[in-house]
Order: sequence, then C-alpha cells, then structure tokens
Amino acid sequence: MSPLEYIEIFVDESAHRVIRGNTVAAALLNAGVIHWRRSVSGQPRAALCGMGVCFECRVSIDGQPHQRACQIVCTPGMRVTTHVD
Amino acid sequence: MSIEPTLSTDILVIGAGPAGIAAAVSAAECGRRVLLIDDNPQAGGQIWRGTNIDQGPVSARGWLQRLESSNLQHINGCRAIFLADSNLLIADLHGQRCAIRFEHAILTSGARELYLPFPGWTLPGVTGAGGLQALIKSGLDVSGKRIVIAGSGPLLLAVAATARRASAHVLCIAEQTRAKARRNFAFGLWRHPGKLTQAIRLRAQSIGAPYSADAWITQAEGDDRLAAVWLKHGTRHRRIECDLLACGFGLVPNLDLAQMFGCTITGGAIAVDKSQRSSRQNVFAAGESTGIGGIDKALIEGRIAGFAAAGSADKAAVLLAVRARTQAFAKTLAKAFALRDELRTLATPETFFCRCEDVPLSAVRAMPNMRQAKLASRCGMGACQGRICGSAAEFLFGWRDTASTRPPFTATALSNLISPSIEASQK
Ligand SMILES: Cc1cc2nc3c(=O)[nH]c(=O)nc-3n(C[C@H](O)[C@H](O)[C@H](O)COP(=O)(O)OP(=O)(O)OC[C@H]3O[C@@H](n4cnc5c(N)ncnc54)[C@H](O)[C@@H]3O)c2cc1C
Ligand code: FES
Repeated sequence: MSPLEYIEIFVDESAHRVIRGNTVAAALLNAGVIHWRRSVSGQPRAALCGMGVCFECRVSIDGQPHQRACQIVCTPGMRVTTHVD
Repeated sequence: MSIEPTLSTDILVIGAGPAGIAAAVSAAECGRRVLLIDDNPQAGGQIWRGTNIDQGPVSARGWLQRLESSNLQHINGCRAIFLADSNLLIADLHGQRCAIRFEHAILTSGARELYLPFPGWTLPGVTGAGGLQALIKSGLDVSGKRIVIAGSGPLLLAVAATARRASAHVLCIAEQTRAKARRNFAFGLWRHPGKLTQAIRLRAQSIGAPYSADAWITQAEGDDRLAAVWLKHGTRHRRIECDLLACGFGLVPNLDLAQMFGCTITGGAIAVDKSQRSSRQNVFAAGESTGIGGIDKALIEGRIAGFAAAGSADKAAVLLAVRARTQAFAKTLAKAFALRDELRTLATPETFFCRCEDVPLSAVRAMPNMRQAKLASRCGMGACQGRICGSAAEFLFGWRDTASTRPPFTATALSNLISPSIEASQK
C-alpha cells in the first residue's frame, strides 16, 4: 500500500494539511469545522448524505459557490470558503 | 462562445456503481463502443466507494480491474443534467457542459437513503447511516468518536463494520424492525448463501457493537452540534451521549434519470422487462434503481442490461435464473425491514420537515399532496429539489406525487444550459 501523501488546502484563509484523495467534506470535519453553512432560518448545518443528494454540505471552492463538499476531492492549494450561503 | 466537447458512443452507461460497471464491461466485451459516466470523483458507486484496486473485497477488485483493462471510455465527475433529444444527453463535466450522443442508454443511478424527520435531525453530527459510511470512505477520521447507528436495514451493520475498522466506538446499533421479522430475514438468507456469509462476516466484524432490534431514534439533542440521542427500545426510553448519529431508514431508488428519459416508473422503481429494457426502446436500467436488492442483484442485472443493449441477448439468457434468485432476495429484504408505524410520529409540529427551506411539519401535514404542499410552503423546492423530504412524504403521508424533480435536476451553472442548439454551436 502506498504511504499517505499530504497536500495543503486553505479553509477560510487558514492552511490545513489533508490526505490526498480526501473529499472537502472529510477535510472540513477533520479540521474541526463542525458546521459550514447556515440554513434559511439560520440553523447550523453540515453534511448529511455524504453522496451528493442533500446539498447540505455546500461551500464555495476557488470562488465557485454552491459546490458540494462531499463530492469534490481536495487539490493542492484549493481555497474553501464556508458560510457563503 | 466556447465549443463544448461532444462525445459520441454506441452505449452510454450513467452511474458507475456495481450495476453500471458490470453493464459497461459486458457491453464492451461484445465489441460495442461504451462510455461510462458518473457524478462521483471515483468509480465504484456506494458500496465500492474509495476501494483501492489492489485491496478491497475480491468481487470489487475483480470488477474494478475489468473496468480498467476494458477498452471502454470512462469519465468521473460527470453528471447527467438533461436530455436534449432521445439520443443526446447534456452533462456537466467539472462545471463545463458536454454533449453526449448515444444509441442506447443504460441507467444505473442506484439508490439513496431514506431519511425521516425527528426532533434534532438537522443538527451537525447527525448524518445518514450510509452517509457516514460514505464520509469515512472519503477520508473522515472517526477514530475515538462515539457513534450511535440507527434506522433500518442490513446497511446498518455495514456502517458499523466500517466505523469500527476506522477505530470508532460504536455505542449502539438501533434497528427499528421487530426482532421476529429480523429472525425471519436471517432464516430467509439460507436460500441466498452469498448473502448469508456477507451478513455473518459483517456481523462478526461489528461484534462488540451492541445491537438492538425493536429500537428506534426519537430525538437528537445539542446546541449547534449533536450531544446526545434518545432511543426508544420497546417501551423503554434511553439517552446516549455521542459525537455522531448515523441514521437511515433503508434505501429508495434514484429515479431522476428515469424521469428525465421518460421511462415508466412502477412501485417506486424503474419498470423493466426481462432484458432490463425500460418502457423506452433505447433505454435499459439495472441495479438499485429498478428495485432495492443489493450488490448481487446490481451485478447480474448490470450484466444482462449490458449484453442486451449490445444486442447479445443470448449471453444474457444464461443469467436469468441467477437474477430471479437475487430478485427474490430483494422481496425478502423489503418484508423483513418494513418500517413500523411509530416512525410516522417522530417529528413534532415544529420539526423541520423540509430542511432546505426550513418548513416545519405543521405547515405541510394537512396538505393533500406534494404539489399543494409546495405551493403553500415551498417545501421540496430547495437545493435538493425534494429528494430528501419527498421520499419522507411518501412514507409519512402516502403522497405519490413526490418524484417531481425537473431537469436540470441538480444545481448546475446557468451557462451550461443557455445554448438552445448544441449542434448549432459546434458549427
Ligand atoms: C450510502 C449507501 C451506502 C451503501 N453501502 C453498502 C454497503 O456497505 N454494502 C452493501 O452491500 N450495500 C451498500 N449499499 C447498497 C448499494 O446500493 C448496493 O450494494 C450497490 O452499491 C448498488 O449498486 P448500483 O450500481 O445499483 O448503485 P450505486 O452503487 O448507488 O451506483 C450508482 C451511481 O450512479 C451515479 N449517479 C446517479 N445519478 C447520476 C447522474 N445524474 N449523473 C451521473 N452519475 C449519477 C452515482 O454517483 C453512483 O455512483 C449502500 C447504499 C447507499 C445509498
Ligand atoms: S452531504 Fe449531502 S450533498 Fe454533500
């Protein structure tokens, strides 16, 4: 088995080391981000389905809003912005 | 305007889970040009998500290797968004539009979990059961985390096994079905030896995780994250402090693609004939989207659909007996894990029924159907397009008009939709 390889991404401007191949949702949770969106009535929310169906895990990635964190794999230097919608 | 890539193929397979992989590989082996697309970053679908080709269970490895060595074309991160005409699909490929011309399509869009509302179900830390499994497989570190698994179906055991392998503390598995029904399920398994061994292996791996039948979630507590859950076990109530709740009430077929292609849907699944052909002449379907039945059914149906779409019906014929067995198993499964009535009354009037638009149960309960509920409350009109609350409404209220996602059925950049004539833009 190949040894784990780490890359760096930025979550709201702070740098985080994540394992290559992890999704953005996994990286956020591993970085201790408990929720990364507010619902229309202001409740904190995070990933529910883990498979692209519920859209609860939306974040902005490299300036693109409404990206599903559970469906996108981290890439080196990626910029993830939470609480944008 | 930029010209989007246009791909062309004999057979387009949408969904690279076990059914789609089996279909694509089988059709390619008949010498047809095959294109396999999937929304996910990796092939494998729900069960083989994140499977390393050198490791993983033998059947996964075998199929993933066949996929790699097959000369079919395979694209990940590619989501079907709408059908321009009966032979032309528009897909979103990493945010770019791409047009795919095909002769035959095979829909293998799998299933999703059924979630039912209960107080606290929107708290961060509450995920689906398969949802937690998917997150772990995509890198979530759960070591040392205290996890309660609740809901229904064999998937709960699989999730427990995954969580324990990842060094989590599984405090409890709460299975809502009555103990008797589950024994019948275990008994029925003898007719399906493959399933039986899988069940036992999973069960063995999850040893140490207390398993209760007749137990179900009633509430999740916490301020801005989950702190504890309440379970009802028979007539007793029990509070358990935990970090994560993984909760799912079984699976429901994904029918968005079938709707997009105009295929007939019967009993909540894509209707297919003996060769896995749908009501549309050039469209086949296989796997969970034609009825929940697990991996064996997905693989065998996938192979039959692949051969049939490639025009090699003779190769499919020898597989029909095996398919009948897997379909019988699907029936056993549905009966054994039928949902109990108590689950219809978990949500209070204030509990959000639609979590996209934060619509409380009280706003929809008196409505006669989903259409009226949408008009009155916006429920089902948020980002998930009613995929979560629509399935819940079918169980809670018996509404039958919930499958109403319209193309494009997931949020996609507007620029991907604006050009009315794809052919024209290529010239
Ligand atoms: C979350 C979850 C976890 C599960 N875990 C297990 C397990 O551990 N063990 C087990 O035996 N069974 C498990 N199952 C049951 C599982 O459904 C089957 O065992 C098996 O994966 C079914 O294969 P399939 O090919 O029919 O569907 P799936 O494996 O669900 O594959 C369908 C694929 O279609 C893709 N897709 C859907 N719509 C589109 C679109 N519009 N455009 C592009 N791609 C699309 C999806 O991304 C997915 O990859 C799980 C199910 C779920 C929902
Ligand atoms: S967690 Fe549901 S879409 Fe990402």
